[in-house]
Amino acid sequence: MTVIEATGVTVRAGRATLLDGVDLAVAPGETVAIVGPNGAGKSTLLRVLSGDLRPAAGDVRLKGAALGSYPPKRLAGHRAVLSQSISVAFPFTVDEIVRMGAGDGHGPHADALVEAALAEVDLLACRDRLITTLSGGEQHRAHFARVLVQLARGEADNGPGLLLLDEPTAALDLRHQIDFVTLTRARAKAGTAVVAVLHDLNLAASFADRVVVMHRARIAAAGPAQSVITGEMLSRVFDVELAACGLPVGTPCVLPHMITSRVRPGPPPAWTRAGR
Amino acid sequence: MTDGAATRHSPVAERSGPPGLRALPRWVVLAALAVLLVAAALASAAIGAAGIPPGRLVTALGLGDATSPDVARDRLILLSIRLPRIVLAVTVGALLATAGTIMQGLFRNPLADPGLVGVSAGAGLAAAATIVLGDRLLGGFGPEALPLAAFAGALGVTAMLYRIATREGRTSIATLLLAGLALGALAGAGTGLLVFLADDRQLRDITFWTLGSMAGATWPKVWAMLPFLAAVLVSLPMIARGLDMLVLGEAEAFHMGVPVESLKRFAIVLMAAAVGAAVAASGVIGFVGIVVPHLLRLVIGPAHRTLLPAGVLFGGLVLLVADTIARTLASPAELPVGIVTALIGAPFFLVLLLRQRAVVGL
Repeated sequence: MTVIEATGVTVRAGRATLLDGVDLAVAPGETVAIVGPNGAGKSTLLRVLSGDLRPAAGDVRLKGAALGSYPPKRLAGHRAVLSQSISVAFPFTVDEIVRMGAGDGHGPHADALVEAALAEVDLLACRDRLITTLSGGEQHRAHFARVLVQLARGEADNGPGLLLLDEPTAALDLRHQIDFVTLTRARAKAGTAVVAVLHDLNLAASFADRVVVMHRARIAAAGPAQSVITGEMLSRVFDVELAACGLPVGTPCVLPHMITSRVRPGPPPAWTRAGR
Repeated sequence: MTDGAATRHSPVAERSGPPGLRALPRWVVLAALAVLLVAAALASAAIGAAGIPPGRLVTALGLGDATSPDVARDRLILLSIRLPRIVLAVTVGALLATAGTIMQGLFRNPLADPGLVGVSAGAGLAAAATIVLGDRLLGGFGPEALPLAAFAGALGVTAMLYRIATREGRTSIATLLLAGLALGALAGAGTGLLVFLADDRQLRDITFWTLGSMAGATWPKVWAMLPFLAAVLVSLPMIARGLDMLVLGEAEAFHMGVPVESLKRFAIVLMAAAVGAAVAASGVIGFVGIVVPHLLRLVIGPAHRTLLPAGVLFGGLVLLVADTIARTLASPAELPVGIVTALIGAPFFLVLLLRQRAVVGL
């Protein structure tokens, strides 16, 4: 059984092909990281999966039914989306923003969901502040809490849902990046299908069951991180030579460490345990 | 990210309470505004070229014997001059404030206002065209034709603005203001042409529209507006939640389950209906649509569930007070109310713009 299944998805903008026959199926409880160089089609794929964008060709099914057949309100009960950058035009409080995730936003059920989500993103102390006065990273966490509320509300009615995240960690400090990985993995354990566009290969490796590498509008490789994030792939897709990433003496560099430790079976790298 | 680290291990999160009067229950805010509005209406009924002391107000309203000539005079002034004017001012103010609130929510910008971006001018042009051409082509028209024509004019300009300013789901406020300026100028030129064609009586009517005044208030005029007011009031709860979510952007609103396109269409029609009816009844009155929602947002926050009904009451209150000032300041002559709202509203708008510039770096 799959939560979302895209088959042969093609998206064009003018003469450019943004997605070219992409297939992707995500099962309940699975975490998928979409990685790839700029312009490879990662965000476009996410927009197709969220229902924002209708593909020119191909088929997208959410829990077996055509994605396009869901009216917006019903769709919101099955999938939640965290966009990359969100600007709030009027001074709502953090609490009001997070509450929007609960639809009508009232009742004891909504109160509990809001409370829990704010605690999860570590923003309980800021709940009555205006969101416009928070830092970029804090604002992003507030929106993440809103999305978690929407997801929880939908899953209470419809069972395991789909969580789509577009570069969710770009604005976060290291502490909250690690929190984010823990948090989404916990959601996946409870049955949610999670698809995230990530730039940081280390994070993708520690976050996802399956890494999908996009390159020139197509899926170049997909599978567990160990088998996908290889020197050959890095040079072919990202155009970087792993050998050229050698460490200048004394300069810390996470990337090569991480990749070697993932390729070679062994304990998780030290930094993922930092602060625990 | 300073708070994150600092508060991480503190088990009890203090609730300091939201800023302003947001903590007040919704009904307290609305009841307080309603009481103020009724008080202002009573005061306005008593004040004027011919004063009616509060004691005689009760008698004149039909609760005493009407035999004395004083009472008969009071009643005539009250029922056929002042009351329709008060009701009209409150209705127009409510409609303008609502239109402003909706437009600001729709365009996600507190500086949007139907008067500034040519929507009112479009309604004015349509009204002027009805006055001048209606006589010639249709051989006269009923009182309901003007609000309908003004509504169509407002709708046309808004739809055009939206088309011009929105690309790929994003509405550019700079394009909106500039396009609004152009459309407003175009509508103004059209009205000018009509003035050129108009005869003396039509000219008087058109001049009255462009200045904005409540002086022509009659009961038939009030009745012609009521369907529009009723339609707007009934529709507000339907759009409040959607407008809140639209504040995060159209994509986010869609992700949260808002049928964005139909909400936008509905809100635009609603706004055009409000502006059209208001302009048809009293001409172009600026700044109510921008000042009222902004002041309310400062005090009760931007959530539309409270903001929209509060705007109806407070908009009515503001225009009623402005109109009472307009007809008493130079009594027995009177200023057009549009001058009063512009005198108060324009400086307010400038302050708002400067503060906004500091915040968003315009």
